[in-house]
Amino acid sequence: MLIGKVVGSVVATRKDEKLEGRKLLVVQVHNHRNEPTEQYVVAADSVQAGIGDMVLYATGSSARQTHATENRPVDAVVMAVVDSWDLGGDNVYEKWRGS
Amino acid sequence: MYLARVTGRLVAAHKYEGLDGVPLQLIQPLDERGLPMGGQLVACAVISSGPGDLVHFVDGREAALACPKSFVPVDAAIIGFVEQAIANGVRIGS
Repeated sequence: MLIGKVVGSVVATRKDEKLEGRKLLVVQVHNHRNEPTEQYVVAADSVQAGIGDMVLYATGSSARQTHATENRPVDAVVMAVVDSWDLGGDNVYEKWRGS
Repeated sequence: MYLARVTGRLVAAHKYEGLDGVPLQLIQPLDERGLPMGGQLVACAVISSGPGDLVHFVDGREAALACPKSFVPVDAAIIGFVEQAIANGVRIGS
């Protein structure tokens, strides 16, 4: 999975009917040092993530392995809201510190 | 599957049901010389690996098959420790 920050959502009234009722989030990819990259993905939401949340998202066929995306044309799904992570014991991100 | 070095740990209390209790760890994939290959990513750790360990991981949909519950949105899972790896006659760091 990759780390990203939810920076927006997508409203698409005209779309494949299999995507009806699926919330689509715009996620900016962050690297392991929590630096934003130039890469964005549109991912379906499976954990009620909100804008500003740091999240994990899975891609490829794995993205269809949720009740919200099963048998739907989806290749990216937000599947966790991140609380914190460290690299070799050094804290990189802590949600309660807002960074 | 690929070789990787475990580099860190990630905590996500709120995640897709079925992943409760499955540890998440940051890993750096390695090439056949043991050098970093591509960016770091987050994998489910289904073995007792920790930062510094040389491991191998599976990516794609098969990663979910390594998890306790397999109908989960997982695309990377650490599935084994590596004591020794030799490629082109060169031993890769353990």
